[in-house]
Amino acid sequence: MKTANYIVLLLFTGLMVYASLGLPFRGDPNAAIHADESVAHSPGAAAYYIRNAKKDAHTDNMVTVILADYRGYDTLGEETVIMTAGLICFMLLRRRKEEKDENL
Amino acid sequence: MRTYRPNPIVSLVSRLVSPFIVMFALYVIFHGHYSPGGGFQGGTLIAAALILIRLSEGNEAAQLQFPRSWGTPLGSLGVLIYFGTGLATVLMGGRFLDYSVLHLSHHVSMSRSYGILMVEIGVGLAVTAILVSIFDNLLEGNPDV
Repeated sequence: MKTANYIVLLLFTGLMVYASLGLPFRGDPNAAIHADESVAHSPGAAAYYIRNAKKDAHTDNMVTVILADYRGYDTLGEETVIMTAGLICFMLLRRRKEEKDENL
Repeated sequence: MRTYRPNPIVSLVSRLVSPFIVMFALYVIFHGHYSPGGGFQGGTLIAAALILIRLSEGNEAAQLQFPRSWGTPLGSLGVLIYFGTGLATVLMGGRFLDYSVLHLSHHVSMSRSYGILMVEIGVGLAVTAILVSIFDNLLEGNPDV
């Protein structure tokens, strides 16, 4: 059983390495994700961000522009998700009064 | 069940390191507009400093630093700061989260920078409070801490 686990792990590692060989190099201008038009002939977002981030948001840091300006709604949603996770942990894990009385 | 025993070396090192972690976290939050970083990363670093004190000094002493009951209210306050910034931009006549209408500074770029800083502070506060609150909730009910 243990040998089978290792074989599966090795095969999966091989698959991941093989898949990573097909990725474009970092900063490759001809990569599909940097194209003006995506494969589905819709306008590409990455090229727009790189050209217009400074002009639209007057900020040097493009990552901040995308995080807080272009995708401000998204970040608000992420923060709400974190708060919801905390609230659910609070509701699931806290000891309720009745339980405490039963345990004592 | 493993009980808490105070260890002077662990206690001294964590007490020494924790303020510097908080200081670096504040740098990450406040400089996040122009360098890598921001609210999520800085908030996680502050939470790491608080949880380090909780682990090394025991839960009772750490309650003096950040009480268990603060977690959920501060987390909600962080989300409210973010949403309030967006609401303020709408009330000032702009679009939601369009920081340039806030007029926090004469320069448009500085005004946007302060607006994003407010948002990042909200994110950092919420992430800190929620992470510490999850840690506290996991410990709750364990009589030995």
